[in-house]
Amino acid sequence: MENFTPYSSLIGGIILGIASTLLLMAGRIAGISGILSNLIPPQTDDTMWRVLFIAGLLIGAAAYPVFGGDMTFLDVNPYQLSDNAHFVLLVIAGLLVGGGTYIGAGCTSGHGICGLGRLSLRSLTAVMIFMAVAIVTVFIMRTVLGG
Amino acid sequence: MFNIISLISGLLFGFGLALSGMVSPGKVIGFLDLTGNWDPSLAFVMGGGVLVSVISFRYILKRPTPVFGREFKLPTRNDIDKHLISGAVLFGLGWGLGGLCPGPALSSLAYGNPKIFVFVGAMVAGIVIAKILTGTFRKEA
Repeated sequence: MENFTPYSSLIGGIILGIASTLLLMAGRIAGISGILSNLIPPQTDDTMWRVLFIAGLLIGAAAYPVFGGDMTFLDVNPYQLSDNAHFVLLVIAGLLVGGGTYIGAGCTSGHGICGLGRLSLRSLTAVMIFMAVAIVTVFIMRTVLGG
Repeated sequence: MFNIISLISGLLFGFGLALSGMVSPGKVIGFLDLTGNWDPSLAFVMGGGVLVSVISFRYILKRPTPVFGREFKLPTRNDIDKHLISGAVLFGLGWGLGGLCPGPALSSLAYGNPKIFVFVGAMVAGIVIAKILTGTFRKEA
């Protein structure tokens, strides 16, 4: 538990809740997979707010280290794979995340923070399933890789 | 006004994802690794987020129209169908493999790591493939 960061994670989570609250005050759900997938391809009259939200994500994330935020925790390759193996893994993972969140109509933000906030049974079901599958996937990866 | 609110919401969201640790796949895998060197931090992210949304959403949705817009555009379905379940299974598999979900993936494009561009490219391809397979890849009139 040497990497445990309860305070920054809690404050970060509260900021995500505030960001979702703000977007709902504009009538929209802050579900990142939905905001992205409805841009592919872009729809008439429904593009600008999505592009601005995603631009905001990048600028907000970039601002964190600028304001002195610690980035030493950033670890892109947690299974410590070779470059080639990691490339293949990221392609497979990306295809699954993109396809899965489109078919399942949501991800950690839309079903997680917003769906649970709306007390949606659909979202609760989705969250429990993707959490359980992700935990089993990590367990299998750790076992296979002997880590 | 609506577009400015969306930009501010995105800014806060990206900053929150970085501060919380969600942008680090290592942190995500550490959270999902219950039987290993478990790092429970990310439970505090979801906990903090839902704590705010569950309270604020009640009040916002009591109004007939949003404060900064003409109408609410919310999910209307409440049935649990095979798409919801199979999609969540596929997403969970991908999340466990890469340690990235859509928000943190897009946000950490800002850090310029080419591997994140690979992941986001594959994620976009995954959306396109899923839309073609489900017959929903089209430009609406």
